[in-house]
Amino acid sequence: MGSGERIKFDNKVIDWVDERLPVFTLMSREYGSFPVPKNFNYFWNFGAIAMFMLVTMIITGVLLAMQYTPHADKAFDSIEHIMRNVNNGWALRNIHMNGASFFFIAVYIHIFRGMYYGSYKKPRELLWILGVIILFLMMATAFMGYTLPWSQMSGWGATVIAGFVTAIPFVGESMHTWLLGGFTVDNPTLNRFFALHFLLPFVICAVVFLHVWALHVTGSNNPTGIEPKGPQDTIPFHPYYTMKDVFGLTVFLGFFFGVAFFAPNLFAHADHFVPYDPMVTPPHIVPEWYFLPFYAILKAVDFNIGIPFTDMTIISSKLGGVLALVGSVGILAVLPWLDTHPVKSAKYRPLYRIALILLVLSLFVLGYVGSQLAVQPYVTLGKIATLYYFAFFLVIVPLLSRYEKPLRMPPSIHQAVLDSKKSKNAGEAK
Amino acid sequence: MGKAKTDKKSKEHDETRRDFLFLTAGAVGAIGTARALWPFIDSMNPAADTLALATTEVDVGAVQEGQAITIKWRGQPVFIRHRTKKEIEDAKAVDISGLRDKQDDSERVLEDKPQWLVMVGVCTHLGCVPLGQKEADSKGDFGGWFCPCHGSHYDTSGRIRKGPAPKNLTVPPFEFISDTTIKIG
Repeated sequence: MGSGERIKFDNKVIDWVDERLPVFTLMSREYGSFPVPKNFNYFWNFGAIAMFMLVTMIITGVLLAMQYTPHADKAFDSIEHIMRNVNNGWALRNIHMNGASFFFIAVYIHIFRGMYYGSYKKPRELLWILGVIILFLMMATAFMGYTLPWSQMSGWGATVIAGFVTAIPFVGESMHTWLLGGFTVDNPTLNRFFALHFLLPFVICAVVFLHVWALHVTGSNNPTGIEPKGPQDTIPFHPYYTMKDVFGLTVFLGFFFGVAFFAPNLFAHADHFVPYDPMVTPPHIVPEWYFLPFYAILKAVDFNIGIPFTDMTIISSKLGGVLALVGSVGILAVLPWLDTHPVKSAKYRPLYRIALILLVLSLFVLGYVGSQLAVQPYVTLGKIATLYYFAFFLVIVPLLSRYEKPLRMPPSIHQAVLDSKKSKNAGEAK
Repeated sequence: MGKAKTDKKSKEHDETRRDFLFLTAGAVGAIGTARALWPFIDSMNPAADTLALATTEVDVGAVQEGQAITIKWRGQPVFIRHRTKKEIEDAKAVDISGLRDKQDDSERVLEDKPQWLVMVGVCTHLGCVPLGQKEADSKGDFGGWFCPCHGSHYDTSGRIRKGPAPKNLTVPPFEFISDTTIKIG
């Protein structure tokens, strides 16, 4: 970025600016003629879709912040004010509220894409780690945003999640008080969560910038996982993938606006429409759907880990649960070093493909378990799925990277494209 | 760096002196920065008015045997239960060697008033308010309290018996300032 030859522009104003600050050269090089593998499938849309959702969230969020009151006595009512009185407030709020869900849908598919086609492998490890950081930041932002309507779900969700820090030995309690600004989730908590909910998206933007920068250094992965070997393997980003991204985005927005406008409370919970009461916990608190699998992992650790045959506890069930929850996301960051198999794409790794599909299945099971009360058979089911989740990363993937025999691979992206055309033509000829 | 040839001894001397200054200056700078940051971090701790709500008084004269009331202390619910004879006996009969957080019932109540159990009504797992204060509430498997969030069961002494919570319900500092008035905090 910023180095190398400048492009000469015909427009004198553009050229004058570019000579002093080469933004036009940069844009044209990174988004115009930028060479990209020519065999992307629709999974490659979700990065751009996630970016679009981030911008949507920031725009609607800033507008909502102009109407919202971050005070314990007024927050709940100010949401109703937005829904009923503010011009198009209902639309802003429904887009923002469901936008969080669809942002997570896009990002989860984006992560799955990375795992299926081995996008985290060398040389894209840092690109992947930046992505994991973005995921953590998104989770923190979404959690704090959910607190702002100051409903029963808001207050008690915040109570439970802030309670995680009390699991930290020795300093947990004082950190908890510091985090909340009091002894319970109350007005000081709401105020700071609002401030942080406003701040973090801009931090996300900064990390997204680094993520995209790293992507433009290494170049994109592709469905074969074979690195481009020359110009026959690539096409310019514009107009080919700008068009493909616009098409994918349009389809995605169809679903998004379908929910936001016709079923805006699809992902909501009844207790999210009851004002927060610090004296009464609702009988069943659950987080938003995108946190359910991780919530189930937290609940799966309901036993102390101690020295066998003694009473000594090393890790209490509470600390264990929190460690498992944080670890379940954090473990993604070290995936490039757990999976050292030379072949990237699951297309040529039949065993890894099965293991990964089972991982997705276990996440769906965990998601369902997370939404249920802690009773049988969900407790056992949750434990089995949690065990598989960690076994995938810590046992299956390291073993597969050592012993799995890949299928025969085409020598290049170009050859792979030609082969798939050939087999398609052969099919049509029959 | 500029002069290629310097006396070895004086060079060593210079570097040691320079390193020392560099390290001490760096250390002072780091401590100074940390000290300057502290007020900013401390600003997020509870404000004076939050801390001012540290004690509260409550009249329990009207609470009949078997009844319970919930009051607010430091923004948290505090359970005050007037225990029945049977509940006290149940709590005393428990063999504490089998408990997760080993506490005898006598450690959790006042010696001369074992019928009054006063506890912070916040589950020690992740901070929900357990059920069991109202007649119709589920009281869990041990006749005390039940936390609906993650299924912790507390007995009639507020001790954790089953579920993920690590500790018994906290007994706040409290005393009877008259026959029927409790001061908490």
